Amino acid sequence: MIGASKIKQYSNVLEKPLSKGKQEVSLSAFAFLFSELVQYNQTQVDNIAELERRLEDAGYAVGARCLELLCHREKGNRRETRLLGILSFVHSTVWKVLFGKVADSLEKGTEHEDEYMISEKELLVNRFISIPKDMGTFNCGAFVAGIVRGVLDSAGFPAVVTAHFVPMEGQQRPRTTILIKFAEEVLRREARLG
Amino acid sequence: MAAIYSLYIINKSGGLIFYKDYGSAGRMDTNDTLRVASLWHSMHAISQQLSPVLGCAGIELLEADNFDLHCFQSLTGTKFFVVCEPGTLHMENLLKYIYELYTDYVLKNPFYEMEMPIRCELFDINLSQAIQKDRVALLGR
Repeated sequence: MIGASKIKQYSNVLEKPLSKGKQEVSLSAFAFLFSELVQYNQTQVDNIAELERRLEDAGYAVGARCLELLCHREKGNRRETRLLGILSFVHSTVWKVLFGKVADSLEKGTEHEDEYMISEKELLVNRFISIPKDMGTFNCGAFVAGIVRGVLDSAGFPAVVTAHFVPMEGQQRPRTTILIKFAEEVLRREARLG
Repeated sequence: MAAIYSLYIINKSGGLIFYKDYGSAGRMDTNDTLRVASLWHSMHAISQQLSPVLGCAGIELLEADNFDLHCFQSLTGTKFFVVCEPGTLHMENLLKYIYELYTDYVLKNPFYEMEMPIRCELFDINLSQAIQKDRVALLGR
């Protein structure tokens, strides 16, 4: 028959190609879910450091899975072996898939060789959150720091990742910086690779 | 020119959770604002009973010589009301917009306890911007 196309039937469900899935999720739905995550963890802990650690652990699980998925979908199963490679992967690909845009900036720390910073004017997870004054320097961006740590750890670049508020002059709201401090072995390996 | 004197937000039990004063005259202390809020809550409830028409949702507009009072009640019973100069336009839209700001920056904040006074920085910032923009838009007309 002319003009009729035959849809390929897959005999086995395992042979069907993986769908890309829905690209967008309701921001409000995510905001409420995240708010509930923070509230739930608040009931389980005694102090703020513990709360930050819990949020980071939650993010770590997300990061590890994210790496697997994105390596397959976006990069055709290529593995990053260089430091700058994995950092730009996090800064562009991971951010684009999770938050809909690439991160604002990626900088190398001036004081220490092993420090790198990803900055964002306002993290998506913090969009609706106002930290009360008595919580000091607590940042719900610890969740995002955990995601970055999960990605880096699973890719073979162990690091300590933290989220900080950096006050900007002339701006009412402080900028958020994700500080990545790589482990010794990563730097040694990087130096060896030249 | 049309101006807003003050904004009140009261929770479903009639307690004042947010009060902002924009006018220069008639400043009230905290206790008085609490009293006015619960007074309005009761009046609103009574008006629903007094209405000769079935399905009345309560007072939406109170007009007096020196001020107008516009009230918006959400489906959950939270009331937003604004006291403004007589004849100020677009207050209903402003109240609906403030309700949107409330759902965004107060209800999505994990550190906000329901029915408690609102102490959210982002809500304050966006509210000032909204009131400011409103004043500017009204001046432009």
